[in-house]
Amino acid sequence: MNQQSITKPYEKAVVEVKNLSVFFNQNEAVKKVNLSIPINKVTAIIGPSGCGKSTLLRSINRMHDFEPIARLEGNIFLEGEDILLKSVDAVSLRRKIGMVFQKPNPFPKTIYENILWGPKINGFKINEDELVEQSLRQAAIWDEVKGRLFDSAISLSGGQQQRLCIARTIAMKPKVILMDEPCSALDPRSTGRIEDLILELKNEYTIVIVTHNMQQAARISDYTAFFYDGELIEYGNTSKIFTTPVLKQTEDYISGRFG
Amino acid sequence: MERRWQRRSPVLFDWLRKNLSTQAQTMPLYIRIKEKIIVFFLAASSFVSVFITALIIYILFSESAGFFKKVPLGDFLFGTRWSPLLEPASYGVLPLINGTFLVTAGALIIALPVGLLTAIYLSEYASNKTRQFLKPVLEILSGIPTVVYGYFALTFITPILQTIIPITEVFNAASASIVVGIMTLPIITSLSDDALQTVPRSLREGAYALGATRFEVSTQIVLISALPRVGASVILAVSRAIGETMAVTLAAGATPKMTANIFESVQTMTAYIVEVSLGDTPQGTIGYQTSFAVGLLLFIITLTLNFMAQRLLYKKKH
Ligand SMILES: Nc1ncnc2c1ncn2[C@@H]1O[C@H](COP(=O)(O)OP(=O)(O)OP(=O)(O)O)[C@@H](O)[C@H]1O
Ligand SMILES: [Mg+2]
Repeated sequence: MNQQSITKPYEKAVVEVKNLSVFFNQNEAVKKVNLSIPINKVTAIIGPSGCGKSTLLRSINRMHDFEPIARLEGNIFLEGEDILLKSVDAVSLRRKIGMVFQKPNPFPKTIYENILWGPKINGFKINEDELVEQSLRQAAIWDEVKGRLFDSAISLSGGQQQRLCIARTIAMKPKVILMDEPCSALDPRSTGRIEDLILELKNEYTIVIVTHNMQQAARISDYTAFFYDGELIEYGNTSKIFTTPVLKQTEDYISGRFG
Repeated sequence: MERRWQRRSPVLFDWLRKNLSTQAQTMPLYIRIKEKIIVFFLAASSFVSVFITALIIYILFSESAGFFKKVPLGDFLFGTRWSPLLEPASYGVLPLINGTFLVTAGALIIALPVGLLTAIYLSEYASNKTRQFLKPVLEILSGIPTVVYGYFALTFITPILQTIIPITEVFNAASASIVVGIMTLPIITSLSDDALQTVPRSLREGAYALGATRFEVSTQIVLISALPRVGASVILAVSRAIGETMAVTLAAGATPKMTANIFESVQTMTAYIVEVSLGDTPQGTIGYQTSFAVGLLLFIITLTLNFMAQRLLYKKKH
């Protein structure tokens, strides 16, 4: 067991991870992790490649349901309800927990349909035009696409596609948005736009973002969790983690000495 | 040696030069010669199939030319009575086309939904184990000799149809449709399954992350993304159904007619060709030539379909 330094945020937790372990066959990718995700804040997850960041993130919206070799132990509470219980319907859970992926993955449909697909299949009562405009505006892409809503989403640039995917996620009005390296496939300009967007979004949503970019974590997050080899090593205020980390391991990673 | 190659077959020569000479320069002479002999035989065997295809097409055209000298193309293509062997002779091919498309449409009504649902099941629902069991079973379906299907239709399906629907004739399009449907099922299933498998996992995850059920993801995202390739598989199945011969000859009968009633006997293009081949129509007569004209039409139809399927398969993604 590595040394740990975990400071619980004082804000109310939306998601509460308790003693979570994730196994792929015998390989323990996430090891007894305890983590509180505070409401309306941006929480960054950092750590070297393969340390279990994506695995942890994907536990929160039950994406491991599709991986037969994955096994989860422990609990994850969403507003007090344990979402890992078999009795919890993963489909309706995912309405409340949106996810943005590393590679933009718009559907091969029009921009308009991309936004509406989620709300429609879930039977939300919506005003279509209004929801499309509102979601695209919130995702800071409205001005670029308002004249071509019925073009295929595939025709957009990578950065635009990613913002469309964010728009599609917020059209569901989730409680939490999970982002797994959402900028890693984008140029600096697009990255900047998405960072601004994340800062806007946290007024309404709780955001958990995995990133390899230390500056990005420092710029946009309120709390930072540093993982190493499946374990949560240090967790606390972003400004504290980046200026005066408690543990040497964290400091080494942040200053780029390993990982 | 090389110069002769170059003269006879510039394409092959270029290919030889590109693929052999760079590494061959450094090889001993006898290996280079051996390599060339091997390549010669490989190329020669592939030319055999090209040659035979060309020959068949040539015969189709030349024999059909004899036919079209006597019968105007318009009468052939748009005539609604097919009676080439009995007086008064009439050479309207539409009844045969009608027979072929009646059987094909019936086959598709069965093979399309069952094939697509099976493909979706295999690709999106089945565990790896089930998949590895079911796929080979499906392949077996396509390994059964077509004459067995025909016999099965005649002696098993038709009697059942007759009990359910008494107007069913002994030879009927319906029973042929059913077995042709079963025969084309593996094509649709297997190729559509491959098509669904090419849809990236990230797209499925994106859909699931929005609170979609497996069924919604399968039918509204995965199937839609794979639609061009799925379409190609359906076209290939249609092409296969149109070309199917043995089962339809046995089960659908030999009565060329313009009917939409699948419980009646009809004749397909392929079944007509069989009839002429087995009969005692003398070579060189117009009756004999009709089978080549019908064969040519069949060839053009299936070639067009296969070409369309290729276009769908290799369409560039934007
Ligand atoms: N579907 C899976 N099947 C088997 N093993 C997996 C699977 N997904 C992840 N793993 C394993 O779990 C461990 C953690 O992987 P994970 O993808 O969570 O790392 P990560 O921190 O997100 O890395 P990166 O920064 O490279 O994205 C790795 O050892 C990986 O091999
Ligand atoms: Mg990852």
